Amino acid sequence: MLNDQTVAELETIARRLRVEILKMLNSARSGHTGGSLSAIDVLTVLYFHQLCHDPENPAWAERDRFVLSKGHAAPALYACLAEAGYFSRDELKTLRRLGSSLQGHPDMNKTPGVDVCTGSLGQGLSQAVGLALAARLKSDKSRVYVLLGDGELQEGQVWEGAMAAAHYRLDNLCAIVDQNGLQIDGEVEKVMGVAPVGPKFLAFNWHVLEVDGHDVRAISRALDEAGKFAGRPTLIVARTVKGKGVPFFEHKASYHGVPPSDDELGRALEHLGHS
Amino acid sequence: MTEMIATRDAYGQTLVELGRENARVVVLDADLSGSTKTGAFAKAYPERFFNAGIAEANMVGMAAGLAAGGMIPFASTFAVFAAGRAFEQIRQSLAYPRMNVKIVATHGGITVGEDGGSHQSVEDLAIMRALPGMTVLCPADGPETVAAIRAVAQFQGPVYVRLGRNKVATVFPATAEYAIGRGQVLRPGSDLTFVTTGLMTAMALTAAAILQEEKISARVLHLGTIKPLDRELVLQAARETGALVTAEEHSIIGGLGGAVCETVAEGCPVPVERVGLRDVFGQSGTADELLTYYGLTPAHLVEAAERVLKRK
Repeated sequence: MLNDQTVAELETIARRLRVEILKMLNSARSGHTGGSLSAIDVLTVLYFHQLCHDPENPAWAERDRFVLSKGHAAPALYACLAEAGYFSRDELKTLRRLGSSLQGHPDMNKTPGVDVCTGSLGQGLSQAVGLALAARLKSDKSRVYVLLGDGELQEGQVWEGAMAAAHYRLDNLCAIVDQNGLQIDGEVEKVMGVAPVGPKFLAFNWHVLEVDGHDVRAISRALDEAGKFAGRPTLIVARTVKGKGVPFFEHKASYHGVPPSDDELGRALEHLGHS
Repeated sequence: MTEMIATRDAYGQTLVELGRENARVVVLDADLSGSTKTGAFAKAYPERFFNAGIAEANMVGMAAGLAAGGMIPFASTFAVFAAGRAFEQIRQSLAYPRMNVKIVATHGGITVGEDGGSHQSVEDLAIMRALPGMTVLCPADGPETVAAIRAVAQFQGPVYVRLGRNKVATVFPATAEYAIGRGQVLRPGSDLTFVTTGLMTAMALTAAAILQEEKISARVLHLGTIKPLDRELVLQAARETGALVTAEEHSIIGGLGGAVCETVAEGCPVPVERVGLRDVFGQSGTADELLTYYGLTPAHLVEAAERVLKRK
């Protein structure tokens, strides 16, 4: 259970990372704003409270693993990795530029702290299952976390991975769905409905939890509970808001793959109390 | 009488040996372990065998994760499913990250036989060869398969190995030297060169013996590695014999024939005849009937040699 001070610290970090994400995307002039902002509170709790990792030693064999299956939220991941100290904050300005270590989608061979390559939706859960199996074979205590988008659940491979994780009883695996309800073409439920997400995973023999994906205390509690649950993988449905934290981006599918303009950045930073 | 061994059987036996020698070797299959012969490993090392069920995409993803976790995964299914259904997983989760996973696909080509065109992969070498950084192997026989599987276990990076269903004639002694990327001249010759892979190599040796009776000297160059291609041996054959016949149990587009043509076009242009499936799918039939129907026999190789000599 997080104490009030830790909650306040995590909220401060998340607010700072939102600023980094917006600046990075504005500087890159392309990239995915909405889904980076919806995921950042979950990522903040993972990177600054939950994960066992060592930015000084990114290749530490027994570290916990994180797979960003919704790879287009790379700016959110990069903001966390820079904040944690995997690389300098200055590098964030190079996002999506030729020769940058920060590719449009996460690249394990270019960015310290990135565990696998993602970007083509639907593939991360399968890789997380493989990582969890490897941890079990090596009898190490490392846990594997994977973040998926709700639109991403339309990919059939997700359900192949879901079947396998339950079949192999991977209780060292925790998947989180960033359920912001929107995808490029509009509302998930209008494009191709995935509801009800929790019951589907329940039927696949997963342990299922549901939280407010912007409440760091609730996120942390769910991650703790996942860690204690034996015999099944855990799915956390994180109810989120696309574009969360910047009122004029919130609930808008149109900001899925669009960066903030100079004017929007200025107004957004003002709203976040950063000028 | 030459010994006959199915390359998939050689694979299955070698996997068990590798499992004994190296605890990091793990094996995945997609409900075809009896056919791909990974079942022997499953029996010997059940804790290191993962059946993905009929879900090839997830099998490749799991293999990627196991490799990221420090294991050496071998993942097997039929060639048509590995290179076809799981192509994008091989691209994104294996090739792009240069993940240390070995895809060993059995039942390549038309000698799958009676199951028909839906199960006969005639394009897998072309698909896999097009992936940046992918290593692509197609051994000729049992002994070369053993050597190739042992070599890929040591090799760092993604590899696609194509094996067959049926027993094939042995052309290599068990003691033959093997290296990924190196071709082998199995018969010297000066008038033309058969450049072959997989089971076509044994046929080229027969064809070269037939041509000898007509006083035609045919070299046989076996390329067990389709990528990286042994450019030096191919160009040397082009320079020294002045005419090439490629042969593969695969489409003439994009596989061995394509790779050889690309190489000689840039390095030493000479006439080339490509023997293989001429932009068609296969069909049901026995393996021998299909090889004859699609023009993949020693007699067809002799005809191709005569054609290419006229173009010299």
